[in-house]
Amino acid sequence: AAAAGTGGLLLPLSETEQQRYSELFSRCCPLPEAAAGGSSVGELFRASQLPPDTLHQITEVCGAKRVGYFGPAQFYIALKLIAAAQSGFPVRIESIKNELPLPRFMALKNDTEVRYGTPAEFHGVKFQVPHASLEKNSYKRTDEGDKQEPKSPPMSPICSPPASPSTYQRIPLSYGYGKARSGLEQQHGAPYEVRHSTHQQDGPSSGNYGAKSAPTCSTPNRSLSVEREQQDSSTQYADDPWRITEEQRDYYINQFRSLQPDLNAFISGSVAKNFFTKSKLPIPELSHIWELSDVDCDGALTLPEFCAAFHLVVARKNGYQLPETLPETLLPEYLQAACLKPMCDCALFDSYSEPLPSSQQTRDFSRAEKSSAEEVPDNSVLLQDGKKDDKQALKVSTTLKTIPKEFQHLTVKAAAQEPNALRARPRSRSYSSTSIEDAMKKGEEPPTPPPRPQKSHSRASSLDLNKIFQQNTQAVRSGWLPPPPPALPPRPSVSQTEQPSEVELHPQMNRPPSQAEENSSAKKEVVLAQPPSKPARRKLRTEAQGLETPELSPAINVTSALPAVKPHLPVQKQSSRQKRAIQTAIRKNKEANAVLARLNSELQQQLKEVHKERIALETQLEQLRPVTVL
Amino acid sequence: LSQCDSLCPQNYPLYIRSVPTENELKFHYTVHTSLDVVDEKISAMGKALVDQRELYLGLLYPTEDYKVYGYVTNSKVKFVMVVDSSNTALRDNEIRSMFRKLHNSYTDIMCNPFYNPGDRIHSRAFDTMVNSMMMQVC
Repeated sequence: AAAAGTGGLLLPLSETEQQRYSELFSRCCPLPEAAAGGSSVGELFRASQLPPDTLHQITEVCGAKRVGYFGPAQFYIALKLIAAAQSGFPVRIESIKNELPLPRFMALKNDTEVRYGTPAEFHGVKFQVPHASLEKNSYKRTDEGDKQEPKSPPMSPICSPPASPSTYQRIPLSYGYGKARSGLEQQHGAPYEVRHSTHQQDGPSSGNYGAKSAPTCSTPNRSLSVEREQQDSSTQYADDPWRITEEQRDYYINQFRSLQPDLNAFISGSVAKNFFTKSKLPIPELSHIWELSDVDCDGALTLPEFCAAFHLVVARKNGYQLPETLPETLLPEYLQAACLKPMCDCALFDSYSEPLPSSQQTRDFSRAEKSSAEEVPDNSVLLQDGKKDDKQALKVSTTLKTIPKEFQHLTVKAAAQEPNALRARPRSRSYSSTSIEDAMKKGEEPPTPPPRPQKSHSRASSLDLNKIFQQNTQAVRSGWLPPPPPALPPRPSVSQTEQPSEVELHPQMNRPPSQAEENSSAKKEVVLAQPPSKPARRKLRTEAQGLETPELSPAINVTSALPAVKPHLPVQKQSSRQKRAIQTAIRKNKEANAVLARLNSELQQQLKEVHKERIALETQLEQLRPVTVL
Repeated sequence: LSQCDSLCPQNYPLYIRSVPTENELKFHYTVHTSLDVVDEKISAMGKALVDQRELYLGLLYPTEDYKVYGYVTNSKVKFVMVVDSSNTALRDNEIRSMFRKLHNSYTDIMCNPFYNPGDRIHSRAFDTMVNSMMMQVC
């Protein structure tokens, strides 16, 4: 039994405690008999997942503050106090006289497994291992914590994070993650920020994804953040690329509102199509994303479906391959349960309890549903259940957010017609710039709409193609109209009317960067066209973290300048200045579109002909063959 | 052996899938010729457009027997299925249910706003459905 020197207090340590503490002490302090290194001790303490207030208290009580260093005695006392705090006891010398379990340090258990030094770990494979193991640890801890809790009342809200992981583990929804993050956010630095900076060279996709999912926290403390992010992700699955983080969800919900103010209603297919085409992903991929996310196959997106689709788009833009089936965390039932909760969490803790059991239910349902796919009735039933929860949650949430008011005000017109909806979006963007910096930056991205052509981004190619096919455009347009099948006439006409209104949005965002790109790349390269716009979107996300790329800085300057300009200028001035730009853009896009359509039809013709030829040759061969056999 | 075909009103294929990939061209040709018969049946039906028809072409190729089934939707989209005659276990009901599944999947594709009617069908959901169906048959 070791003796502690604080005021002559004898501190009995059990065998296991002795072993553990000495192990920890040696870890923190390379030299025996010397003081433990302050930073490593700090790391260790923070790994205990106690709030810093408690840790300060512990350091005071154990005497390290007084003597100025962490000697073995102080260290052991501190460990004991940590154990006490984790069990819910107040931080006092008296409490450590009792029998206590070993203090639990989240990161240390698995520091061999989870090291975020390599970007390979980013991509989800290794996360499963830390998830499982860390979950077990938390389970153990909470079990012990539960045992201790009846004895002593929990100290204060400060201590509640260690106790409440029990709820986390039962229902590891990102809702719980959201709560933890909001609780721990102020206390701990920006983990992803740090990680991002370390992985800058390692690949834009992984770094961006991590950076993107980070909250904008205040102080990036390096050692702190590495462990904190381990704990966060371990308990909260933050780095699962298919799990939507809280700020992502908020962003998606805001975007949904900009398209459809009523969160319980649908976004129609055409509206969603316009919106997602702005992301400049190729149409087949967008088609696949739609297939994945529109679970009930009704041609419209509910809020969770929209979030899933948006998330898939975001993931794809950041380099992740699209999955074959919708990941569990993006299922509408799952999302619906978790969807509107982060909006509540700033208000009442009570509201948690009521969505909790239903979310558990829906989660079980979603599991069962996965095994028996294609049960459309189940889907609709679950959606119904989920929607009821949404309505309850909505009542709480809509009173809290200030942004929705602005959006709703702006998009009241949007509810009426599509062209109006498209026009209202630039205005909502300008308002968001004045309210929240993040929303502004992220809000710039989707309204960079590409023109319609499926095969290529016509911006860079439009100039060249226009010169080549200038004389044929008229003939092409007249010749192209018949092919669309008569059975569904509304579609093509709608698409054509949508084109000009889509183009209207171009000038705000895309024209300055596109012009810069066009001037620079004078080739007829279709591939070239894709990257300038793609990094533009990603770039704006990472701008919050200060990532600089020279080629896009003019674009960023322009885009950041424009929203600043917009709040000041009334709408009339804008339109007068940009009418010409809009018209030229419209013309260019129409020409390019016609050209590409003509190409398409020509190629299809060729294909048919080749097919016919092949069939003819084959039949000839068949005829000839019996002759040669004989 | 079987092949599945979706053809749009202009009678060019939107989707073709064969289980054994050899002789695919033969199946293409068969389907094309069967379109005549389908058109004939459509015009004969008059008002009733949606119907599941059976198309037996045992004589077309003396070397090989197979049955060709057809199906037309309201929007004149034709589904043609070529099934090997040696597969006698396949009953009419099953064919009908297969066509119903095809039709449902097709409507799901239609719901996708990124799909333009008249395009080739590249939907993975549709692919998986057709594959599973054809595995069932063979």
